Amino acid sequence: MAQPEGRMLPEVTPDSREFWTGGFENELRIYRCQACRQWIHPPVGACWKCRSRDVAPEVASGRATVAAYSINHHPWFPAFPPPYAVAAVELDEAPGVRLTTCLVDVDIAAVEVGMPVEVVFDEQDDVALPLFRPVTA
Amino acid sequence: MTFVEDRAVVTGVGQSQIGRRIGRTGVDLALEAAERAVAHAGLTFDDIDGIASYPGPVAAEGGFVGATTHDIRDAFGLRTRWHVSGVETSGQIGTMLDAAAAVASGRATHVLCFRSVWEATAQASGRAAALTTKSARAGGHSEFRVPFGAASPANWIGMYAQRYMHEFGLTREQIGKLVINTRKNAALNPNAIYRDPMTMDDYLNARMVSWPFGLYDCDIPADGATAVIVSRREAADGLANPAISIEAAGAALYERHSWDQRADLTTMASHDATASMWETTKFTAGDVDFATLYDGFSYLCIQWIESFGFAEHGKVGPFLDDEDNYRLEGRLPINPHGGQLSAGRLHGYGFVHEACVQLWRQAGDRQIAKDVELAAVGVGGGPEAGCMLLHLA
Ligand SMILES: [Zn+2]
Repeated sequence: MAQPEGRMLPEVTPDSREFWTGGFENELRIYRCQACRQWIHPPVGACWKCRSRDVAPEVASGRATVAAYSINHHPWFPAFPPPYAVAAVELDEAPGVRLTTCLVDVDIAAVEVGMPVEVVFDEQDDVALPLFRPVTA
Repeated sequence: MTFVEDRAVVTGVGQSQIGRRIGRTGVDLALEAAERAVAHAGLTFDDIDGIASYPGPVAAEGGFVGATTHDIRDAFGLRTRWHVSGVETSGQIGTMLDAAAAVASGRATHVLCFRSVWEATAQASGRAAALTTKSARAGGHSEFRVPFGAASPANWIGMYAQRYMHEFGLTREQIGKLVINTRKNAALNPNAIYRDPMTMDDYLNARMVSWPFGLYDCDIPADGATAVIVSRREAADGLANPAISIEAAGAALYERHSWDQRADLTTMASHDATASMWETTKFTAGDVDFATLYDGFSYLCIQWIESFGFAEHGKVGPFLDDEDNYRLEGRLPINPHGGQLSAGRLHGYGFVHEACVQLWRQAGDRQIAKDVELAAVGVGGGPEAGCMLLHLA
């Protein structure tokens, strides 16, 4: 599997394939329990809440709010020149369900808890990474 | 009620040479720590019939796995009848608690427990280089963080710290007071790696790593090993040191093993471990004389302070404003040896070592002056935690 310069792509598993590839069709696919409707992330074959095994990816709106962030200043990867904002964003339709991501098209001095953001996909090789940017509209 | 019915005690501890890039292997360091701990207990290796370690032979790079139990058994020709290592446990002390249960149930008499790291030497070329030159993809627990540039625990734990600061008004200056006090303690510890005094300006102006964490909020790769001898109580009579009781232990993990899905982002697994521990003991937070609390990142120590109940949830900032709460001469000295931030990243076991030498009054210049009988030890961060109350009446 090719490794683009200066970054580390995810190892796509049967559980995570929809999450990592939905972006090629502009869809943020998140597992959801078909029994109790709980959204689940990271994707896995059971619902932690009701323990149903009936789980499947569904399309989330891609809208979220920043739950926590950290402004990274260390050059871990050439593809991520610092400073940049690492954030845990909470999905609008799923309070408490968070994605760790990187914020883009953002003034890092303006990042705050509660900031509304929306998904934007960064296509790299065989995956589309769900990054998030501030909602401007 | 006492942990494993009070049948397990600590009889000796030892540490290897500790430093930065000292050029020795993790096995070499572990052997040295083991020799010192066995001798300190007044035992010989012929007495050691059990062995326990963290994390065991897991896939990890950069000196994280300094030595496995098989490495040490093989090197010293140990004749052991009970063995364990593991990373899926209650913080770095999880297998030490298993050792206590093993001696209590008669499976072993004296267990050598150890943790060895040689990350400073092994990562001499840099962690970032190690990450980006690998051809492998991010899998396992890295899959959902590292592809977004969230490469380091500084990023993951920095997010928790940011949310706590947002919710409760904790400031970098308050965190800095804890870090500076820890450095002040390290100046009294001849084995600490960083002993130069630190000012608030030094702290606040240090290179930023991942806001709110600057350089001095993060521990630094170190080389060093720590060993602890856990013995059956009846076998501890007449040894070199009075037996230290493991009065209580907390091993609970009540939420998912995740760095971002915990229901309350202002708490960590340390809250689960301590809650389960307090349910099993007659002691309360007010009975604790001093504490050794994991500070691989400064904020993790803050989490342990409130997890044990030394400050109310959300109130650690005001607790830190008053140094009399936690300085060496204060009401509840915290990390007299300098913690991982200043004494060195010995990955959990250093806190057990310090709690024991303080209880035995063998801590030299950094010995807490007041009488100390009960120590709180909290180890781990994020979704991993284990804790103990150590008691020497
Ligand atoms: Zn469910």
